[in-house]
Amino acid sequence: MTAIANHFSYWATLFIAIAGLYIVIARGNLVKKLVGLAIFQTSVYLLYIAPGKLIGGTAPIIADKFAVYSNPLPHVLILTAIVVGVATLALGLAIVVRIKEAYGTIEEDEILAQEQPALQQTADNKM
Amino acid sequence: MMAVVTVVIARQRNLFAVVILFGIYSFLMATVLVALDAVDVAMTEAAVGAGISTILFLSALHLGKGIEMKPLHRPFLPLVVALATGAALAYGTLGLPAFSDSEAPIHQHVAKRYVEEGARETGVPNIVTAVLASYRGYDTLGEVTVVFTAGIGVIALLRRVRGRRRGGKP
Repeated sequence: MTAIANHFSYWATLFIAIAGLYIVIARGNLVKKLVGLAIFQTSVYLLYIAPGKLIGGTAPIIADKFAVYSNPLPHVLILTAIVVGVATLALGLAIVVRIKEAYGTIEEDEILAQEQPALQQTADNKM
Repeated sequence: MMAVVTVVIARQRNLFAVVILFGIYSFLMATVLVALDAVDVAMTEAAVGAGISTILFLSALHLGKGIEMKPLHRPFLPLVVALATGAALAYGTLGLPAFSDSEAPIHQHVAKRYVEEGARETGVPNIVTAVLASYRGYDTLGEVTVVFTAGIGVIALLRRVRGRRRGGKP
């Protein structure tokens, strides 16, 4: 019973990570894949922040009234991660827009279907 | 509640709804972060995750059609892969220290010194700010470099589209 209480935060994190991973693998739509990646990323935020929490502690802003503070280091790392995450997200969406311009669709299956005849043709030419 | 939103995101095929749900998800995540005492991170997540990401997704959706295609293959294989990964990771968590264990290694090393000496050494009472701007200033410089590179990448990708369109017209 205590094992469950002690590790619940990790398991909640894991659930989010698995959901994100599933969306990334199972869905063919490129925008949906990016949403999945973003969800996976938030699970990493939780993975870092949750162990830094101390029950009875406060946010790490020094004041005379408080003696126990949560660990500030993961907070700093995750602040950086969030900002970098949104930068990579913008880059990914820009690539999706380019793919849409080039293929007229953002569905993986349709892109592959368009690519397949071209690939076969080059293979035939080589032979 | 977050679990419910996540599952609905996975099942929903209307991309517009997915994006709005992702905004809700980000706000819920910010709430959880407040509960975990990470106020600075929560503020950033609410502004960046729920604000800027949603705007980016919406502007990208503006160009495509809003409905996702029905998946062609069965979702069993991805589900099995995801669950197997999850099971391996869950086995790994059993070796990790318990929640809110003040003896855990994470609280013993450099973080302790930040909390004890940070305010005196930098003159900033908010330790997160002190570490971000002072102790790990080079990290922040690197972060700015990454954001700058991403910005250049976005400009390069999207400018070529416009240039080609202009050139394509007679």
